[in-house]
Amino acid sequence: MTNMIQHHLTDALMMAYSAGSLPEAFSLTVATHISMCDECRARFGAFDTVGGALLEGTDEVAMTRDSFASTMARIRAARPEVKPAPRRAGLLPVPLQDYIGGDLDAVRWRPVGMGVRQAILPTSKAATARLLYIPAGAAVPDHGHRGTELTLVLQGAFVDQVDRFGPGDIEIVNEDLNHTPVADIGADCICLAATDAPLRFRALMPRLAQPFLRI
Amino acid sequence: MYDALALMDAPAPSPLPPPRAIRTHGAGKRSGPGQVTTAKDMENTEWVSCIAAIRDTQDEAAFARLFGHFAPRIKAFLMRSGADATLAEECAQEVMATLWQKAHLFDPTRASAATWIFTIARNRRIDALRKQKRPEPEDLTWGIAPEPDQADVLALQQESDQLSAAIAALPEKQRVLIEKAYFSDLSHSEIAEQTGLPLGTIKSRIRLALDRLRHAMK
Repeated sequence: MTNMIQHHLTDALMMAYSAGSLPEAFSLTVATHISMCDECRARFGAFDTVGGALLEGTDEVAMTRDSFASTMARIRAARPEVKPAPRRAGLLPVPLQDYIGGDLDAVRWRPVGMGVRQAILPTSKAATARLLYIPAGAAVPDHGHRGTELTLVLQGAFVDQVDRFGPGDIEIVNEDLNHTPVADIGADCICLAATDAPLRFRALMPRLAQPFLRI
Repeated sequence: MYDALALMDAPAPSPLPPPRAIRTHGAGKRSGPGQVTTAKDMENTEWVSCIAAIRDTQDEAAFARLFGHFAPRIKAFLMRSGADATLAEECAQEVMATLWQKAHLFDPTRASAATWIFTIARNRRIDALRKQKRPEPEDLTWGIAPEPDQADVLALQQESDQLSAAIAALPEKQRVLIEKAYFSDLSHSEIAEQTGLPLGTIKSRIRLALDRLRHAMK
């Protein structure tokens, strides 16, 4: 599957993820894509290496006089870490399972109309991460964006004005584009979508519904 | 609103060579400057031994050496990200304590000590300054060998050193922006506000910098 991924992360996204300046919902989407995509995983290593080189080259700020002793005291006082049992890759990649609290069968879907369902994941408020379930052949209403939207396909595929997006593909959309993602006829499509501003729907009904549905 | 992603319209770039590319070919096949073991490479491999000594024998002297080198840099990094001196001191101590506790997870065929410590410090910063978690990619279970191949370790350390040199050689205007992107906890548009530079200028300088780094690593 991993070789079939056509749509990858940009340098800007990888750098911001490595630098730690992305909102949590975007970090989750990037981490999930890297979990699915060997090519981006390999590219990403270099960005952390840049961070390490910058740390190595930075000026120093003197630590306080007793800082080494304090740190040793911290180490001695630390209780052994109780590690939660590591989750295994199931239908969904591990970082996503951590936010759902389980695999695909643990998702608590809410209908949003026309057969489309969503589940909002618990992240910081700077951006929103949601799972979308689009039945085969159904469309998410035509919408534009005030900010940036990342859409990562987990299962199935969708098509919009830009291209076709299959499992592992990530679409990165900014405010210039109005699009109507339509799930492939063949199978239901499940996506992870992260947005940093509310979507703008062009049809009347979804806009009325927007405040209630948080889409 | 977050719009630092606008570099997204850049064409799909040729990737920076991943660390594993060199690992696959083995250090022995490298030619040219890569074969020279520099003072910096030796320092890098020494940090690797220090972390192994902490893992194997809880060696406090080895830890003190790492502490003397890295703790003041971590503190500087956190202060440039907006932490005050007290918070930066506390976080730097926590980062060093984490290094001790997680020494067994360090894989010198995948990262230099500086890179690994950067990732710990960055995660601590996100937690302390933003009160957020940082989702991590799924770990690949390719199984870490108990004793990594020394040629692989050296190759990775040399590559990290090479990248450091390439960053130091960047034109000042580009290097400053790369540093800001990593150290300041600001998005590109926030950097634009802070510096008064147009957003497009910031994006193109960062793009040029990454192109230069790619070229230097070829």
